[in-house]
Amino acid sequence: MSFINYSSREINCKIVYYGPGLCGKTTNLQFIYANTNQQAKGKMISLATETERTLFFDFLPLSLGEIRGFKTRFHLYTVPGQVFYDASRKLILKGVDGVVFVADSQIERMEANIESVENLRTNLQEQGYDLDKIPYVIQYNKRDLPNAAPLEELQNLLNPKGIPHFEAVAPKGEGVYETLKAIARLILTELKKGT
Amino acid sequence: MQPQMVMYDEEFQQISAVCERLAREANAKIVFLVDKNGQLIASVGATENLDTTSLASLTAGNIAATGGLAKLIGEKEFSILFHEGEKDNLHISIIGGRVILVVIFDSRSSLGLVRLRVKKASDELNKIFDGLMKKVQVPGAGSPFAEITDDDIDNLFSE
Repeated sequence: MSFINYSSREINCKIVYYGPGLCGKTTNLQFIYANTNQQAKGKMISLATETERTLFFDFLPLSLGEIRGFKTRFHLYTVPGQVFYDASRKLILKGVDGVVFVADSQIERMEANIESVENLRTNLQEQGYDLDKIPYVIQYNKRDLPNAAPLEELQNLLNPKGIPHFEAVAPKGEGVYETLKAIARLILTELKKGT
Repeated sequence: MQPQMVMYDEEFQQISAVCERLAREANAKIVFLVDKNGQLIASVGATENLDTTSLASLTAGNIAATGGLAKLIGEKEFSILFHEGEKDNLHISIIGGRVILVVIFDSRSSLGLVRLRVKKASDELNKIFDGLMKKVQVPGAGSPFAEITDDDIDNLFSE
């Protein structure tokens, strides 16, 4: 849940990047970290294994500017994608304001994508959230790979409700900011509703 | 789902005063308060060279992980964590099940003293947060964002 601080005139929101192992969640954050100016970002923290697989989470605090005199701050988290880290994923979803699902476009990863979306839905339910009601966008990553599935197929499988979706090549930054802006916008719109 | 976390100036002053007194009475270097989602609520003491945002997020992660461990062995939560370093130590405690109080201290203090002072401060902080929660639940205490327009949101992304 967002944290509205009237004392320091700040609003803090939490965005979680979810998706199967090696889909590029950490790469999204790394690109944002590397391409955001110093004043707008804090330190990026990665709790990873020695082989650079996310073990617990990555964390990146960002300031986006002011709305009506309130500083808007977004805390970006990733979850560990590998199936057996489910307990950690549940913990990171606590207090989430919006979710980015990073799908791996490669045909071979389709089953992993589907499993991960289902896992996201279940884990959100456990925290009392409904995936259909919270701010949620999909990013189809790795669009540059030759074995990437057609967009239409990905949409049919992973996005039956037609939520906002973005094609991306995360290491090059393609689609990365577009995805971030879309989820931030949805979260702020949700706050406007006062829920 | 957790309730919306809101902080007003009045409560912030009260909370800061309790944290400052705790830092003084426990001979601590730094005292800070974090909500369970990792948002920093207040910090006092020698925080100039400290990345408090990261500290807040990692503290919440730490509490979440040990909370997960607690549930696995049939405990509700571990309400106190203590990390001992070569010079500095961390005393972490959960207040009223919702916020996390962190005290950083060195050899000028002791675990016993910190525990004693934390207990007293916890009761006071708990009362303040109780009041705060009641205030938030009052109808009409709506979000300041209720009146923002789509243009306001667009402007944020215009540059």
